[in-house]
Amino acid sequence: MQLRRGSGTTGHLFYRGRAGVIELDNVAYSYGGGELLSGLTLRLAPGSFHFLTGPSGSGKTTLLKLCYGALVPTAGHARLFGEDVRRMDRDAIALSRRRIGVVHQDCQFLDHLSVAENVALPLTVAGEGGQELEQNLIELMTWVGLKSRADALPPELSGGERQRAALARAVIMSPEVILADEPTGNVDWEMSQRLLRLLVELNRMGKTILIATHDLGLIRSAKSQVQARVLRISNRKLQSAGADL
Amino acid sequence: MRLIRDSLGAFTGSDTGADRVVPPTGFTASLTLFAAGAMAFLAVFALALSLAAGRLATSWGEELARASTLRISAPAGQQAQQTEAALRLLAQTPGVASARALSEDEQQALLEPWFGPDLPLADLPVPQLIEIIEEGEGFDGAGLRLRLQAEVPGAVLDDHTRWRRPLVAAASKLRLLGAVSILLIAGAVAAMVTLAANAALAANAQVIAVLRLVGATDGFIARAFVRRFTLRALGGAAAGALVASGALLLMPSAGETAGFLTGLSFVGWHWIFPLLVPLLTAAVAFAATAIAARRVLGDLR
Ligand SMILES: Nc1ncnc2c1ncn2[C@@H]1O[C@H](COP(=O)(O)OP(=O)(O)OP(=O)(O)O)[C@@H](O)[C@H]1O
Ligand SMILES: [Mg+2]
Repeated sequence: MQLRRGSGTTGHLFYRGRAGVIELDNVAYSYGGGELLSGLTLRLAPGSFHFLTGPSGSGKTTLLKLCYGALVPTAGHARLFGEDVRRMDRDAIALSRRRIGVVHQDCQFLDHLSVAENVALPLTVAGEGGQELEQNLIELMTWVGLKSRADALPPELSGGERQRAALARAVIMSPEVILADEPTGNVDWEMSQRLLRLLVELNRMGKTILIATHDLGLIRSAKSQVQARVLRISNRKLQSAGADL
Repeated sequence: MRLIRDSLGAFTGSDTGADRVVPPTGFTASLTLFAAGAMAFLAVFALALSLAAGRLATSWGEELARASTLRISAPAGQQAQQTEAALRLLAQTPGVASARALSEDEQQALLEPWFGPDLPLADLPVPQLIEIIEEGEGFDGAGLRLRLQAEVPGAVLDDHTRWRRPLVAAASKLRLLGAVSILLIAGAVAAMVTLAANAALAANAQVIAVLRLVGATDGFIARAFVRRFTLRALGGAAAGALVASGALLLMPSAGETAGFLTGLSFVGWHWIFPLLVPLLTAAVAFAATAIAARRVLGDLR
């Protein structure tokens, strides 16, 4: 399957030599109570493939939100493409979102638009369109097995169909980074392997991938295809998971 | 696959596609439409009232106040001589543009409604009338009376202003009240649209979150709301202004002698005002929604 090559390549020159596309530097976060994360450091080098695991409630989703600027660290620095989130205004965050595809844990669709329109939403808000992209949309919908559901409304989809649509929406802009929160939580083994192959293929095209998941089987099969690092949230910090994975 | 193509085609590039990212809101949409219509209706009437009052103030103030009359009732032998004296005096009075004794025929015409056409005016002690046209600030009534008392004992000055002045003042006040009403209506439209836009933005917090997740800027989100409210206000106001204009056209007209109530309709190029009302309503809605969106989007991180 052909995906559009990202256009924002100049950014790479700036951060390639010294740092990652997304960096959390000694970051702490609390929702108001005790600290959920503290002294946490993470560097996503361009083209790297990471898995993020940890018990439920350990802060995986929170960490992903810090990675796409939806949350601002209570201490330390989060940098997107070399820029400190704290110094970015909302428009700058919005523009950086076009370079970061996000698969939200509970998907988040516009329920009044069809599945196809939801998948194409990043193009709509970026004011992009045209024949080539349209063809991409159709191919992408076919690839995630939603071609026949294109005109359905999101509430009419099954849990697995929603996740596939969310992944399709995350990659349609061909972003440089893909952050996926439990992208295979509701799909069967075969479909999760297909979604993984899509992510692996995107990674081979140079995309940076971070997947939060509980699915150890998924991590194992990924490790046979790409060089993936596995990180675990433990004690409010990140640790490299053991070699048993 | 045609459906995908069509929806995508309508969705990217065109304005309607960007509008569709905000879900339709049937009930509040009709409320906004209705309120804009009612406000435009009121605005057109306030405009008509203001303009009519203005016309009235102008015509009463200028035409009537500028024509005063001098009545000379002297014994038969002195009538002509006193008339001459009065005209001479008036010619020297500042503020008087011209003074002219009415001819016998004109006086006859004035009295005809009361005494019939066969009145032998020459044989009756009918006072001679002198019509005075004023200029600038007009003459000093009290001063003129004093001089007339001394030189033309049979002259009585009727300068109308005693009863006309408060009416002219009232008409001017009415024009001002009309203008204030229009400002208040514009303010009410702004307040109403702000409330509606705030409610719509708050109700769509989840939609806004999704749009931000996929990289929508504040400008994109605001535009979707602004376009919607502007068009709604424009549509409602156009309907309201149309109905009000129709009602004004249907008001009975009484021609030149029309009183205030029958002269309420727009005159000539003034018809451009009811056309401007929907545009101004849309402009107010545009500004109000843009400001509301900026504020709400600023609060919703
Ligand atoms: N908006 C919020 N306000 C307050 N507390 C929150 C908020 N979001 C998450 N939390 C809390 O922060 C903790 C971490 O949440 P988070 O969603 O990051 O966990 P997670 O690791 O993704 O869990 P799961 O595996 O179940 O998805 C939880 O205890 C959660 O209750
Ligand atoms: Mg989570």
